[in-house]
Amino acid sequence: MRSVILSAAARLLFPLLLLFSVFLLFRGHNDPGGGFVGGLVAATAYALLSLTGGVSSARRVLPARPEVLVGTGLLLALGSGLPSLAAGRPFMTGLWAGFALPVVGKPGTPVLFDTGVYVTVLGIVLLILFTLQEEDEA
Amino acid sequence: MTVLLALAIGVLYAAGTYLLLRRSAVRVVFGLALLGHAANLLVFTAGRLVREGPPIVPPGALAPPTPSADPLPQALVLTAIVIGFGVQAFALVLLRRACQEAGTDDVDAMREERP
Amino acid sequence: MNVLLVLPLLVPLATAVAGILLLRVPRAARAASALGAAGLLAASIALLSATLDGTILVTQAGAWPAPFGITLVADRFAAAMVVVGAVLLAAVVASSVRGLDAARERAGFHPLVHALAMGVSGAFLTGDLFNLYVWFEVMLMSSFVLVSLGGEREQLTGGLRYVVLNLVSSALFLAGAGLLYGTVGTLNMADAAVALRAMPAQGTTSVVAALFLLAFGIKAAAFPLFFWLPASYHTPPMPIAALFAGLLTKVGVYALVRTGTLVFDRDRAFTDPLLLAVAALTMVTGVLGAMAQTDVRKVLSFHIVSQIGYMLMGLGLGTRLALAGTVFYVLHHIVVKGNLFLVAGVIRRVGGSFSLDRLGGLLTRSPLLAAAFLVPALSLAGLPPLSGFWAKYLLVRAGLEAGHGAIVGVALAVSLLTLFSMTKIWAEAFWKPAPEGSDPAPLGAGERLSLLGPVLALGAVTVAIGLGAGVLFRFADAAAAQLLEPGLYVRAVLGARGGGG
Repeated sequence: MRSVILSAAARLLFPLLLLFSVFLLFRGHNDPGGGFVGGLVAATAYALLSLTGGVSSARRVLPARPEVLVGTGLLLALGSGLPSLAAGRPFMTGLWAGFALPVVGKPGTPVLFDTGVYVTVLGIVLLILFTLQEEDEA
Repeated sequence: MTVLLALAIGVLYAAGTYLLLRRSAVRVVFGLALLGHAANLLVFTAGRLVREGPPIVPPGALAPPTPSADPLPQALVLTAIVIGFGVQAFALVLLRRACQEAGTDDVDAMREERP
Repeated sequence: MNVLLVLPLLVPLATAVAGILLLRVPRAARAASALGAAGLLAASIALLSATLDGTILVTQAGAWPAPFGITLVADRFAAAMVVVGAVLLAAVVASSVRGLDAARERAGFHPLVHALAMGVSGAFLTGDLFNLYVWFEVMLMSSFVLVSLGGEREQLTGGLRYVVLNLVSSALFLAGAGLLYGTVGTLNMADAAVALRAMPAQGTTSVVAALFLLAFGIKAAAFPLFFWLPASYHTPPMPIAALFAGLLTKVGVYALVRTGTLVFDRDRAFTDPLLLAVAALTMVTGVLGAMAQTDVRKVLSFHIVSQIGYMLMGLGLGTRLALAGTVFYVLHHIVVKGNLFLVAGVIRRVGGSFSLDRLGGLLTRSPLLAAAFLVPALSLAGLPPLSGFWAKYLLVRAGLEAGHGAIVGVALAVSLLTLFSMTKIWAEAFWKPAPEGSDPAPLGAGERLSLLGPVLALGAVTVAIGLGAGVLFRFADAAAAQLLEPGLYVRAVLGARGGGG
C-alpha cells in the first residue's frame, strides 16, 4: 500500500507521537497514562513508518533491535526493584528522591520501573509487528 | 445494571462455550476470546457496581473525600485484559501457522493419527 | 530474610533478560543460562534451609501491608517445590547443550525456559490468588512458545490443543477469583481463609471451590480434562518435554493442595469424595492410555496423567499421613518424570527412533543408558527400594488407615499396570535384538557428558531418595503438618490480626 498522503503525514506524525508517548510516560504516576500506554503510542509511531516505508525504514530509526529493547526494558524494570533491597526494605518498595526536576518531576524507582515497561512494550509490539510484516513482504 | 451485566455475562459464556465445541479451530479460538471477556466482566461485576467518586486521595488527606468505587476489581480486570490480549494474540498466530501446516482448520482432521 | 524469597524470582528473570540480550551470541547465552540455573538452585536451597525449622518466610512486595499488597510466602512445601524445580531446570539446561538443535536455541530456548522457571517459582511462592493467576500466565505464555518452538506440524496442532485447554482453565480460574472477591472482598489467601471461616457456610463458596477445583484440575491434567497433555507433550524436543512433564502439571497439583488446605478447607466434605473419584479415574484412564501406545514419548505422557491420580488421592484422603504422601509423591515425581523424558531423548539419539517397533538392542549398544532408564522406570512403577515405592507405600497406608479400601485397590492395580508398561519399553527397546536396517550411532564424548550426565545425576537423586527415604519422609510429614495447620500460615502473613484464625 503506497499513499503519498499517508507517508507525508507519517513523517510529520512520527516525532509528535514519540513526544506524546514520553509525555504519557511521565504523566502516568498520578494521572491517566504510564509506561504501558506510552509504549503503545511509541509503537504506533514506528508502526506508521513501517506501514508507509516498509519494515526496513522503521528499523533504520529504531535505536536497537526489538528483542534488545525487550531485554533492556526488563532489565530497567528489574533494576528498579533492587535499590529497595539494598536499602533493607522489601523488594520493589518505591524510593523517591527528595527533590523534583523541572518537567519530569520527582525522580524515583517507580519512574524507572515505568520506563522499563515503556521500553518492553515498545519492543514486544514491534517484535510481533515486524515479524508478521516481514513474513508478508517476503 | 447488575442484572443487565449478569445477562451479558451469561450470553458471553453461552456463546463462548458454543464456539469452543465447534470443529473449526478458528471458532474455537474466538470462543476462547469470548470466555476471557465473560470472565473479565464477571470479575468486574462481582466487585460491586456503584456510582461513586474515583478512589483518589487528595494531597494531605488520608481518605478519599466522597464514598469511592472499589479500585481493585478494575485493576484486576485491566491486568487480565492485558494478559488476555497477549495470550489471544499468540493463539491467533499459532492458529494461523497450524492451519497453514495442516492445510485445514478442522480440529478433527488436524489430528495426525488416531491414538 | 526477604531477599531469600525474591531471589528465586529475580535470578530466573535476570537470566532470561541476559538470554534475550545475548540472543545473537549463542555461546554466551548458553553460559548465562547454565549460570542462572546454578544460581536458582543455590538460591532455592538457601530458601529451603531457612524454612526447615518450620519458619514460614513472608515478604510484602513493595512494602504494601498484607491484605492489600502482594505477599510472597514460603513454607516447607513451597520451598521444597522450588528446589526440585530448580534441580530439574539445571538438568534440562545441561542436556539441552547436545539434546536441542541450534535453530531452537537461537530462537530463544534459554530465555524461555528461565521465564518458565520464574513463573513456576512465582506460583509456588505467592500468597495471593490473583498473583497466582499472573504467575500461571507467565508460565503458560513461555510454555506456549516453547511447545511450538521450531514450528513442526505436529507441534503446531498439538500446541493448539494445549493452548486452548489451558486458556479455558485460566478463564475458569479468573472467574473463580472474581466470585471469591465478590464474596469475601479479598484475594490474599490468608485473608480469604480468615474471612471464609468467619462467614456462615453458603453455596457461593462451594461454587467457588468447585471452579478452582476444575481450573487447577485441568492444569494438573486430571480426569476428565487431561487429553491436552498426551496430545502435546510428545511433540517438542525432549529437553523441553522433560521440563513440562516434570513441572507444569505439578504446579496445578500444588495449587490444588494449597487452596484445598488453606482457603477451602471447610468445603472438604464436598470436595474430598469428588477428589477421590477423580483420582481413581485419573489413575486408571492414564495407565490404560499408556498401555495402548507404542511410542515411548506417548507412553510416558499418559503415565504423567496416571501419576497425577496418586497425588490427588493423597489430597482427597486429607489425613496428615496422606498429605505427607502427596508431598513425597510430588517431589519424587518431578525428578523421575523429567528424567524419563530426558532418557527418551537419549533413546532416540542412540536408537534412531521413538517407536518401540523400530527400536531394539539398546542394552548391548549402551548398557549405561539401560541403567539410566531402569532407575526412574522402576521408581515410577513403585519398586523398592526406589523413591516411588515409598511414595506409594505412604499413600496406600494412609488409604487403609482412613478406611478407603477401594481406592487403595485401584492404586495397587494401576501400579502393577505401570510396571507392565515400563517392562514393555524395556523388552522392546533394550532386550529385543535391533531390527533390520537400524544403524547404530554411538554417543560422542561431548554427548555422553551432556545427555547422559543429567540423566545419571537425576537417577542418583532417585536412588538417594529411595535409600534415605526416612529423611524425606520426616520432611514431608512436617510439611503436611504445616499444611494442616492453616492458622500458622495466616499468622505469618497477617501478623496478630489473623491470630484467631
